[in-house]
Amino acid sequence: MTAAYALYGVAALIVLAPVAIALSTSPHGTAVIYGASLIITLTLGMIALLCLFGRAQTPGIILPLGLPWLGAHFRIDALAAFFLAVVNLGGAAASLFALGYGRHEHSPQRVLPFYPAYLAAMNLVVMADDAFSFLVSWEFMSLTSWALVIAHHRVGENMRAGYIYLLMASFGTLTLLLAFGLLAGADGNYAFDAIRESHPSAALSALVLILALVGAGSKAGVVPLHAWLPLAHPAAPSHVSALMSGVMTKVAVYGFVRIVFDLLGPPDWWWSMVVLAVGGITAVMGVLYALMQHDLKRLLAYHTVENIGIIFIGLGLALAFKAHGMALAAALALTAALLHVFNHSVFKSLLFFGAGAVLNATGERDMEHLGGLIHRMPQTAFVFLVGCVAISALPPLNGFVSEWLTFQAILISPQLPAWGLKLLVPAVGALLALSAALAAACFVKAFGVSFLGRARTPAAAQAHETDSNSLAAMYFLAALCLVAGILPGIFIDALAPVTNTLVGVSMPQQADLEWLTIVPIAESRSSYNGLLVFIFVVLSGSIAAFAIHRIASDKLRRAPAWDCGYPDPSPAAQYTASSFAQPIRRVYGTSVFHAREIGEMPPPGSLASARLTVELHDLIWDAAYAPVAKGIEYAAEKLNYLQFLTIRRYLTLVFAALVLLLLVLAIWQ
Amino acid sequence: MIRDLALQGAQMLAVVVLAPLLTGLVRKMKARLLRRQGPPLIQPYRDLIRLIRKEVVLAEGASWLFRVIPYIIFAGTWVAASLVPTFGSGLLFSWSADLIAIIALLGSARFFLALAGLDVGTSFGGIGSSREVMIASLAEPAMLMIVFTLALIAGSTQLSTMAAYMATGEEGLRVSLGLALLALIMVAIAENARIPIDNPATHLELTMVHEAMVLEYSGRHLALIDLTSELKLLLYISVIGCLFAPWGIAGPDANPRAIAIGFVAYLAKLAVGGLLLAAFETAIAKMRVFRVPAFLGAALMLGLLGTLLLFVSGSL
Amino acid sequence: MRGNLAFDIAHMLAGTLVLVSFMQLYQDRLYALLNIYALHALVLAASVAWQAFIQDAPHLYLTAMIALVFKAIIIPVALHRIIVKLGIHREIETVVGVGPAMLLGMGLVALAMVVMLRVTAEADPLAREDLAFALSVVLLGLLMMVTRRNAVSQVIGFMSLENGLVLAATGAKGMPLVVEISVAFSVLIAFIVIGIFLFRIRERFDTVDVQALDRFRGERR
Repeated sequence: MTAAYALYGVAALIVLAPVAIALSTSPHGTAVIYGASLIITLTLGMIALLCLFGRAQTPGIILPLGLPWLGAHFRIDALAAFFLAVVNLGGAAASLFALGYGRHEHSPQRVLPFYPAYLAAMNLVVMADDAFSFLVSWEFMSLTSWALVIAHHRVGENMRAGYIYLLMASFGTLTLLLAFGLLAGADGNYAFDAIRESHPSAALSALVLILALVGAGSKAGVVPLHAWLPLAHPAAPSHVSALMSGVMTKVAVYGFVRIVFDLLGPPDWWWSMVVLAVGGITAVMGVLYALMQHDLKRLLAYHTVENIGIIFIGLGLALAFKAHGMALAAALALTAALLHVFNHSVFKSLLFFGAGAVLNATGERDMEHLGGLIHRMPQTAFVFLVGCVAISALPPLNGFVSEWLTFQAILISPQLPAWGLKLLVPAVGALLALSAALAAACFVKAFGVSFLGRARTPAAAQAHETDSNSLAAMYFLAALCLVAGILPGIFIDALAPVTNTLVGVSMPQQADLEWLTIVPIAESRSSYNGLLVFIFVVLSGSIAAFAIHRIASDKLRRAPAWDCGYPDPSPAAQYTASSFAQPIRRVYGTSVFHAREIGEMPPPGSLASARLTVELHDLIWDAAYAPVAKGIEYAAEKLNYLQFLTIRRYLTLVFAALVLLLLVLAIWQ
Repeated sequence: MIRDLALQGAQMLAVVVLAPLLTGLVRKMKARLLRRQGPPLIQPYRDLIRLIRKEVVLAEGASWLFRVIPYIIFAGTWVAASLVPTFGSGLLFSWSADLIAIIALLGSARFFLALAGLDVGTSFGGIGSSREVMIASLAEPAMLMIVFTLALIAGSTQLSTMAAYMATGEEGLRVSLGLALLALIMVAIAENARIPIDNPATHLELTMVHEAMVLEYSGRHLALIDLTSELKLLLYISVIGCLFAPWGIAGPDANPRAIAIGFVAYLAKLAVGGLLLAAFETAIAKMRVFRVPAFLGAALMLGLLGTLLLFVSGSL
Repeated sequence: MRGNLAFDIAHMLAGTLVLVSFMQLYQDRLYALLNIYALHALVLAASVAWQAFIQDAPHLYLTAMIALVFKAIIIPVALHRIIVKLGIHREIETVVGVGPAMLLGMGLVALAMVVMLRVTAEADPLAREDLAFALSVVLLGLLMMVTRRNAVSQVIGFMSLENGLVLAATGAKGMPLVVEISVAFSVLIAFIVIGIFLFRIRERFDTVDVQALDRFRGERR
């Protein structure tokens, strides 16, 4: 009855919300609420891990809530257990971080009540076993996160961000509603078990796929439905941003996986082409957008878009293999995608925590006002560096493992017979490689400009180190990055029951292999041993350090920087985020963003300063969103005439509607 | 087991010892082609020893990261170089990291070097780092496409397996192999900061990428960084040699005579590679920085074309 | 099939021809483009000669000779001289940038491979892949014609398209009248080149009357 215990935990979280309203003005309110959330999410995480490793098919629970003939079904199967573990790990880390960070919150009454409700909602979405409770929990999740996004409502752009977020969330829920409606069929049996039994036609399944991709994808942040993400994620308080980027996007991925891999039945091969194409474009566009940003949190939010693209590439490959009956390859691709889900939630949360710590310490989010923080906040800098190395997919940390597995899945794809896939998969492989390289560039920029160099403003020069709770959360996540990179076999084996339920087989048992290597398909093809690589690197570094210190001189003195003999005393002369990105902007930005650099030089003799402006156009916004907004505005203006009609005209409308309905009744048998 | 361990250790030692010699050879050849005498072959060793004995002058703004980075990048590159088959292909720990992992290790070395450029807060470091990440953003995908092409032909991403497969000579000439070779040469030139991408002997702001990032380093740190770039050049020439000129590589469990032949063959490959590099660098001029993306884009296209041909047809 | 050196060399030469077509797309200077075209014709000659060798068809050696002498030597030299004499603008303006042109080229090669390998599923494996490469060369030549503003580069695109057709013709074993067809094509090309330059001359000097041109030359016969 683990589902029952989990529901008790969720109920406890929901109960915390009104408690928070009561306690929000007291000085201990923050500690109580976040502490309680920490304990509850840890418990829920334990329950989830027990379900995952226990491999028992826990029976569901039907609560007498919601629709009277349906009830509310909740069940924790392998897929739900994995995502529950991810959600609660993120929630626990965020709660621990917020124990320290939340003390600096100006308006706790706008944040504290919604935070446990948000955690509860995400847990409910993953546990839901019928369409109605799924959708209700999904909306609950959107609304609580919206409330958190507009928590700092005095900042103008936060309100706009909240507005766009609400619109996109409602749109997503609408498409999911339609998808579930199509799945449930005319009888309207919304329980997932019943939906699994029914087999909709091919055209209907295709429509459900598109609707699920749009609905879940918009919440996850696939291009072109990503526009709300870089507005809303930075606007929320940092621990909530970490939850939204690291956890809520994964809940959206869960929704997609549940509908497409579980509820829809056997896939058609061309579905994978759509998912692959969407994933590839999302990955590259996300990282290119991220490279152009100089707001630290917005950079991280756009980067989430890239990682979602990588996850969807893995899911697309899994669909392709599943459609052609190559079950082992499908298990590999699915494991790669799900492992990336876990990895991304860990290091993205870590990076958002770091950004939150920087925001707290300096009051600045703009990288071009930071600099030199490694001297003032050494520990935060260290854990942020670990996060940057992990997200750039560099061995021996965990980002590399999921990317390596995705590449191995791509290398099996020549066996796919479909011609469209033969052309698309190499292109998507190139896009994946490109996005990985650009991601490393992005995080050199993020870490280098914010933490290294010299302080560009007094705020950065007087930063102070973060408090111990926040640091503890960040160290924990950094350690998890290292562990997942060195011992990936454990995580791959943990995913085995998930792939078993979704594609029928799982990857070979990694725990049996000697030396803790991971082998995706067969030893002769490829293998990777994170632990050995890590040991080798540490050993080589130590040998080098030892040798150097024996034979080299150890004298050292400090002096002004060499800088080819012309050191510039002003910190403003060092590279900024925009200047660092300039070569990449010039190579990719001119075509993708119509990037232009306009320099205005004052005439000779004038003492005015020169000005450099960088113009970037968001082509997706101009092409997709602006016309829709204009169209709606036009329609609304035209329809506005209905407000000002005379009574006679209103009566005419009523009469016309009545006559029309009678006509329809007469004609339709 | 002891024998395998000894072989792996010998390989690790050999790459570190031979790297400065290779650089010395390239410099000597370039000088001779320009009708100069040139420095002696062992000059790079002397340079390293001289640097090690000097005092480190550290910029005032440099952090602990700046001091640790030379060791990190040396360790990463050394591990990557030890996993590339040089004289024998049955290395003990070759299964722990395949070609993708080797490239990623070099990528992390480059990541940290770019951070080092930004650490002191000068504009030269910024120039080097920003140009380096732009070059990397194209060179790494090109390299991965080449790895895909080779892995699809050889059936594995494990470098030792690939070398052993190429050594059997079953493949013959294949169009995708030719494309992969061309692309690999272009990427190797870009990654090692040779002409036409970057000039390893310059200190002019307009022309430097790698030298700009390491401008503030001195003493033993600079010695480590120089040794790392020499090691990287050796690594790339070894990779090209073991994949496209696998003659003489000793298989796993080979007798000492085969290993000796493999070693001599390896030295010959290094010499030929160094000579060709010297001739190529002397023959052409350095490109403008913003023509480099076109060059590397061409390498990416070649790699993509090779992969595409292999996806589409089994015998191309 | 793996050890079959003959097939491999044929594929290598055909692949090199595709590669040289890409190199033509990359050029932005006219003299370099002429040199690359000469290389294109050279590779074509080598490929046709090799086909003559493995198919044991001596008349194809003649086609190779024609390609070598006429297209690799005479036409580039002649074009070079005409460009110098008429002072034609030596930079190539493109309609799309180099990057998008290369991407389009990749897409066209992919399309050509897919079409050819699907359509000829039962044919001889060597001929199939050579035909796929030949179609790629044809499409790349068309791409060059479409994305260039300079007349000379359009002519070169047309000539490389024709090279692709010759490759296809020689690859299909036993096609009759290959030599005659290639001679006819070359004559056609010569006339097209001459025609284009006559237009240019008329544009520039408003006349193609040789005596009037002599007057412009400043000499008296």
